[in-house]
Amino acid sequence: MSDQREDRRTDPPADRRADPPADRRTADRDPAANGRNGAAGNGGAPGGPLLEIADLKVTFSTAEGVARAVDGVDLTVDAGETVGLVGESGCGKSVTALATLRLVEHPGLIAHGSRVRFEGRDLLSLAERDIRAVRGNHLALIPQEPAAALNPVLTVGSQIAEVVRAHLHVSRAEAAWRAIEMLKAVGIPDPEKRSRAYAHQLSGGMRQRVLIAIALACRPRLLLADEPTTALDVTIQAEILELLDRLQRELGMAVLLITHNLGLVAERTKRVYVMYAGQIVEEAPTVELFRAPAHPYTQGLMAAVPRPDAPRERLASIPGQVPPATRWPQGCRFHPRCPLAFDRCRAEAPPLLPAGEGRSARCWLVADEAYGRTAVRTYGGGRSAGERSP
Amino acid sequence: MSALRRAWVRFRARRVAVAAGIVVLLLALAAVAAPLLAPADPLAQPDPVALQNLPPSAQHLLGTDRYSRDVLSRLLYGARVSLGVGAAAALLAVLLGAGVGVAAGLAPPAVDQLLMRSVDVGLALPRVFLILLVLALWEAAPPSLVVVLIALTGWFQTSRVVRALVLRLRESEFVQAARALGTGGWDLARRHLLPHLAPAIIVSATLDVGNIILLESGLSYLGLGIRPPSPSWGNMIQDGRDQLLTAPWVAAAPGLALLVTVVAFNLFGDGLQDALDPRRDR
Amino acid sequence: MTPPDGTPVRPYDRTPVRPLLQVQDLVVHFTRHSGLLGSRRETVQAVNGVSLAVGRRETLGLVGESGCGKTTLARAVLLLVEKTSGTVWFDGQDLHALPPAELRRMRRRLQIVFQDPYTSLNPRMTVGAAIREGLIVHRLAEGAAARRRVRELMEEVGLAPGEADKYPHEFSGGQRQRVGIARALAVEPELLVCDEPVSALDVSVQAQVLNLLADLQARHGLSYLFISHDLAVVRHVAPRVAVMYLGRIVEEGPAGELYERPKHPYTQALLSAVPVPDPVTKRPRIVLAGDPPSPVDPPPGCPFHPRCQHPAKDETCRTVRPELLDRGPEQRVACHKA
Repeated sequence: MSDQREDRRTDPPADRRADPPADRRTADRDPAANGRNGAAGNGGAPGGPLLEIADLKVTFSTAEGVARAVDGVDLTVDAGETVGLVGESGCGKSVTALATLRLVEHPGLIAHGSRVRFEGRDLLSLAERDIRAVRGNHLALIPQEPAAALNPVLTVGSQIAEVVRAHLHVSRAEAAWRAIEMLKAVGIPDPEKRSRAYAHQLSGGMRQRVLIAIALACRPRLLLADEPTTALDVTIQAEILELLDRLQRELGMAVLLITHNLGLVAERTKRVYVMYAGQIVEEAPTVELFRAPAHPYTQGLMAAVPRPDAPRERLASIPGQVPPATRWPQGCRFHPRCPLAFDRCRAEAPPLLPAGEGRSARCWLVADEAYGRTAVRTYGGGRSAGERSP
Repeated sequence: MSALRRAWVRFRARRVAVAAGIVVLLLALAAVAAPLLAPADPLAQPDPVALQNLPPSAQHLLGTDRYSRDVLSRLLYGARVSLGVGAAAALLAVLLGAGVGVAAGLAPPAVDQLLMRSVDVGLALPRVFLILLVLALWEAAPPSLVVVLIALTGWFQTSRVVRALVLRLRESEFVQAARALGTGGWDLARRHLLPHLAPAIIVSATLDVGNIILLESGLSYLGLGIRPPSPSWGNMIQDGRDQLLTAPWVAAAPGLALLVTVVAFNLFGDGLQDALDPRRDR
Repeated sequence: MTPPDGTPVRPYDRTPVRPLLQVQDLVVHFTRHSGLLGSRRETVQAVNGVSLAVGRRETLGLVGESGCGKTTLARAVLLLVEKTSGTVWFDGQDLHALPPAELRRMRRRLQIVFQDPYTSLNPRMTVGAAIREGLIVHRLAEGAAARRRVRELMEEVGLAPGEADKYPHEFSGGQRQRVGIARALAVEPELLVCDEPVSALDVSVQAQVLNLLADLQARHGLSYLFISHDLAVVRHVAPRVAVMYLGRIVEEGPAGELYERPKHPYTQALLSAVPVPDPVTKRPRIVLAGDPPSPVDPPPGCPFHPRCQHPAKDETCRTVRPELLDRGPEQRVACHKA
């Protein structure tokens, strides 16, 4: 079934102001405004979320057995929203992004019951031709490693133009021109010249901007940003994130920000999903999550993160290590490392239980009415996330 | 699991390489056990007229040549020569190349440049012509000379590969850590460099053998390598050259043997290379 | 040249105490060949005049982004990289002036822990052998005694001693880092240079390793030169911090002061860029212009001036190189306008 969407993206990107980052800007970030971006994008089905992932399961066959990298993930992103997906390495967050775009290949396999609905359509059941029309066009990905994601033998301009030509049916000349406009939009100085440059001639920050340009060239509705700034210096990271914020507001785009960095999540997202061992273990509005994390893993992470503003005597650390994906523990997957684990945790795997307004956590303690303790004190850390130094 | 075991597991998984390895092993055994396996004396000419140019039969599995010598026996003894020269020359070349490579990699830039420019000159030399020249001028060249000549003209590529490896290893953090600990010179090389160089050297040697065997056969074919009546696959082909239509087995047998041997060594070397690839060790 | 004996480490410190490590005007330049046939020669000015000091049982944090020269500085201090000029004193002795045998003995006292747990261990050596190497080189123990010591060290850093015969790839990143730490500890150093020791680790593992380093410091009286680009980590670890930019130190002082009232515009920008896990508080953000310049061609005058947003930036900034001067108790800043 080929969906002939009317192409709303025929207006050239020239009308977008690309402010050169030359002058001093002090942008006060109002985190409450995150997600309530200017032009709210038009979602697919009226009133439905833009992206809806249901029971996503991805397995990899390895020499040591079947690795259940993503094991039943439910996730939604509404139009124009910025949602965070946070977790450490090995939790399955990158695989989730790849699976959303159906980019998982052998020996990986997306299980049959999984659903990925984008603008109302199930991406997993589309024909190859149809999903290619979606990828890079309405749904884009910024991959993790800028150096590895760019083709070293093609100019960066041609790589942007390639995306444009694949989806917008314009001439070569027009695509090249758009590529230059995109480079300008992402703040690369001297875009005409740079468009003829090769990846290795650019710095890390520039390469990341090029990847953003490629991802945004066709004005997607949803952007999956997989660790978009991990490989970059902190000051460059700040610039790139400001850029993404601005472009997001201009395009009315939704963003799924995938990262291990809690600071990024706190500053840039409206809602957060916390992932551990292939599953979502907590979901909450960002402010709530940091005020009072419900799941012991989240609490442990917050207690373990060093902060530049509130030094602690000793960082609380989560004992043990993430178990291998081929052998998730029985019962609650976090129980071997959890200071609050009790019998039920070992025996039964908890589902996502409601934990307040717009919140849920995969923990039996949440079902307990009297649950007021936090795991932070048990981890032995100093202050919990919500407290500030006097 | 040590690096060696992991490499073995990887190697085992490639059936082609394993098959080639078996062939190489059999060839080596045949060469070594030639005196036991050969049905006849390779130089014997029992009946110069009657047994001349006989096609393969029960008594002579690969027939006889124009001098009524048993082709099979000559093939086996020829294998000794080919593989012997191949192995010896490859080993010598590789040791020479590795030595120069390590020296250049560890030495100050001036010495490094000197060595590498010499290598450049060496690579530019017309190898075959040079060897031919020396052999042509040297009366009755012993096989050891052939080995030495081949080795002396063939170590250059290995030295470049080894030098590149050494340069890279020098900068690696575990070598820095060892230097920070106070490990010096020879200990450093032995403990940290050699285990990494060994695979490259082994692979280089194995892949060289094929070429060297061909080279030696070529020289013998031209009459400048192993001189008749001692059998070498090269001179056997020369013998049978003008009888291709009447007694094809005389030339075909050594020819096929050459083919099989070279291909086997190449495939085996490729398999080794993949198996020993350090990038797989993570 | 003798070290400034009895020179106070901190200007306001009355008691003259000789620091354990003292670096004076260290300069490290590399020549790099590039272009066709290596015809173009460039000088990379990795470290451009750095002076610092680390006392006994002290931790000095060194922060900076990529290209600032902190890694080169770490290696130069350990004499793993040749200096161009300047001096490095350890316990009053000029390291570069020592004869080779003396230097070798001295190496025991200053060790390094590297960033990348994957490349800092020889993949073809068992972890036990790696930890043992220092013991063998300095003849601290042999045979069974050495093996016993290795097991003790492994326990001390939180590894199971029975795993000494395993290879690095069989361990996780955090565990490999512990092996690296055990290896350094084996020779009983007094100073540990930690070059981004936790940057490649996950948050929860990072906390474990940082706690381990703190414990070891308390137990063995170690000094640390802790280098990182992660300001949050450094804040947690070091009571005194120096900020590096393009081969120079631009600000130095007590951590609390530096983080709360940074004086150098680069420090201010750097701190404002660090994401803080706090969604509620609003902070002013200084966004720098452009990419950091390359150490091959540092700008004249103040190295930071092309990206500096200070309202009073002027011609002096563009032409005159600012010196690192005292601007408060135990604080030094290299800025004309601070």
